[in-house]
Amino acid sequence: MKAKPLSLHIPEPKARPGDTPDFSDLEIPSAGTVSRPAVDTSAKAMHDYAYDLVRVLDDDGNAVGDWDPKLDPDILRQGLRAMMLTRAYDDRMYRVQRQGKTSFYLKCTGEEAIACSQAIALQDRDMMFPSYRQQGLLIARGWSLVDMMNQVYSNTKDRLKGRQLPIMYSSKECGFFTISGNLGTQFCQAVGWAMASAYKGDTAIAASWVGDGTTAEADFHSGMTFASVYQAPVILNVVNNQWAISSYQGFAGGEQTTFASRAVGYGLPGLRVDGNDFLAVYAVTKWAEERARNNLGPTLIEHFTYRADAHSTSDDPSAYRPKEESERWPLGDPIERLKDHLIGLGQWSEEQHDELAKELKEQVKQAGKEAEANGTLGQGPQLSAKYMFEDVYKEMPWHLREQRQELGV
Amino acid sequence: MSRMNMIQAINSALDTMMDRDPDVLVFGEDVGYFGGVFRCTAGLQEKYGPTRCFDTPIAEGGIVATAIGMAAYGLRPVAEIQFADYIYPAFDQIVSEAARMRYRSSGEFTSPMVIRSPCGGGIFGGQTHSQSPEGLFTHVAGLKTVMPSNPYDAKGLLIASIEDDDPVLFFEPKRIYNGPFDGHHDRPVQPWTKHAKGEVPDEYYRIELGKAEVTRAGNDLTILTYGTMVHVAECAVEETGVDAEVIDLRTLLPIDVEAIENSVKKTGRCVIVHEATKTSGFGAELMALVQERCFYHLEAPIERVTGWDTPYPHAFEWEYFPGPARVQKAIRKVLEIEGVA
Ligand SMILES: Cc1ncc(C[n+]2csc(CCOP(=O)(O)OP(=O)(O)O)c2C)c(N)n1
Ligand SMILES: [Mg+2]
Repeated sequence: MKAKPLSLHIPEPKARPGDTPDFSDLEIPSAGTVSRPAVDTSAKAMHDYAYDLVRVLDDDGNAVGDWDPKLDPDILRQGLRAMMLTRAYDDRMYRVQRQGKTSFYLKCTGEEAIACSQAIALQDRDMMFPSYRQQGLLIARGWSLVDMMNQVYSNTKDRLKGRQLPIMYSSKECGFFTISGNLGTQFCQAVGWAMASAYKGDTAIAASWVGDGTTAEADFHSGMTFASVYQAPVILNVVNNQWAISSYQGFAGGEQTTFASRAVGYGLPGLRVDGNDFLAVYAVTKWAEERARNNLGPTLIEHFTYRADAHSTSDDPSAYRPKEESERWPLGDPIERLKDHLIGLGQWSEEQHDELAKELKEQVKQAGKEAEANGTLGQGPQLSAKYMFEDVYKEMPWHLREQRQELGV
Repeated sequence: MSRMNMIQAINSALDTMMDRDPDVLVFGEDVGYFGGVFRCTAGLQEKYGPTRCFDTPIAEGGIVATAIGMAAYGLRPVAEIQFADYIYPAFDQIVSEAARMRYRSSGEFTSPMVIRSPCGGGIFGGQTHSQSPEGLFTHVAGLKTVMPSNPYDAKGLLIASIEDDDPVLFFEPKRIYNGPFDGHHDRPVQPWTKHAKGEVPDEYYRIELGKAEVTRAGNDLTILTYGTMVHVAECAVEETGVDAEVIDLRTLLPIDVEAIENSVKKTGRCVIVHEATKTSGFGAELMALVQERCFYHLEAPIERVTGWDTPYPHAFEWEYFPGPARVQKAIRKVLEIEGVA
């Protein structure tokens, strides 16, 4: 019998520019349908959670089901403010990049709920190993916007001394590990940090974030293996925003299975959560936090969300996905959803919301003025180039000293 | 003949080879539908279909490993690593696998493949979009390393690289994708359309690997360089008004030692220019070669102009980038020793 010729499979997203976006085949369970397991449930008994979707906020803005964290309205308002401030910050920094005041910027539009609720769910002593799209962690922790802007401008008050690309923040004080531009490298470093904390009998845990695309990197899998082997007190997050620059998540393996299900093969609990639902993200993070903090081991969380804007200022998504796709995203906008919930609770109003939006815009504007007084990239006061040669080593070796002298700084 | 920038010339080389040889496959991150973040593969998926030009998972080690597997089967894969700064997850596959496949299997299995990657600075890309890692690869036995400096060479060298039976690292200086940047960042860059090397044949042609080009003939000193720095060096020579010979190495390994020897023996002086960091950089190898082969013809110590030995900084782009002023200083230094200039 003649053997049948093989053929090569290449994944293809459902819609490209010109097509009508269609999310009808996404299985989106109603809010409240997924049960909340006890935190000491074995990984083996949790396989279904890797394919399900934890949701708390229903379409009318009600919090339903046993994942409802029943948060105090003050915390909800704190979360709403953090998300709105993140968006206002992003909007301004995107514009200043367009005005030529810095080289690069990257927004997290549509994904604010993830970083903002997780920063609130974690404790201040915990160490966060973020990807470049988690600016909300800093903002939700109340970190200075001026300080963040100074970094984006590489100006005279930039704590990273003009060395790092804009948005690659670092703030040990805020529990925010220095961001690497190399994808995935920090996933397993978070595990190492958590192992160190466990070794020392400390009480701090670690958390790390990668995008859907980044789960393809070997470092993601090293992180999963080490976390599992040493049962490290760490929360491993995959932010599945459907896109990795122009590549849809099918190119990271999302065509065949969920990202949360990566946990199954490593013997970890994996949970999939509606990433645009502030309450659901908070609740699942608290579950994982409690588990890690009680020596019950690591958790993988897939945040199911959508990158509503361009990858970065270097990108134009209309070249590879339908323009209307982001409006059609069935899980809505995280800010609107939390706002509706608060209004439904009688704890918020449209007027208060508009007022807050104005106030935050003004806050960002003022911070911008203050930061720009310290200089912007190539304009106004500038850092001395001598900083280029410092911190390469603890002590500057002779050859660097010679090179610095040659440059005359 | 068409007027092309370097992106179009690279695209044309890939197109030419995909057209000639169904075993040529092109892939990498964002390479397929979108056509690459620098657009070098634009239109190829549409023209040749998604099984010949496609997107890959973000896993540089995986990209190179699959290319090795395909090459071992008999295909001619051309893999893109989006930025040279992201090539390190693939280092083991390149160094331990592709480079040694032929040697360890006595030629039973080989790795005829090309790894294309944009490299170099001058774009405010910070430490993850600016590096020049060519020296890490020239140090490895079994690899060839190429870096073109203009559209005409880019196409001819890429075709020769795809046809080569050994693994080739093909580094593309992204700062000169659109025009011959001469280091004067405060002046507009002239587009390739105004440059003789922007004239590119539409059809197939090769530029043999291992052959340097004298881009400017001269008698007083030899400048050995490649990539973006060819244009910076030429500019520095114009501005100093010296009679320098500029050699664009084009292929770093195998190096055109004859061209180097002929020139340095004639001029007796040598300046080496590259963007990459200095210590253990490719310039060190060039210096050693010149010293070994031309010692009795040298009339002055050899000078190196390179990037500083620091990670590539963001704000200090122009203090870091070795521009024409630093090249001029080196030129004067090697000439002043005998008071020529
Ligand atoms: C090791 C490495 N390879 C490639 C890149 C280039 N790159 C930057 S962001 C990106 C896409 C990442 O997508 P994803 O992980 O889904 O995160 P998202 O941007 O969607 O938040 C790529 C390929 C990089 N920064 N590092
Ligand atoms: Mg993504």
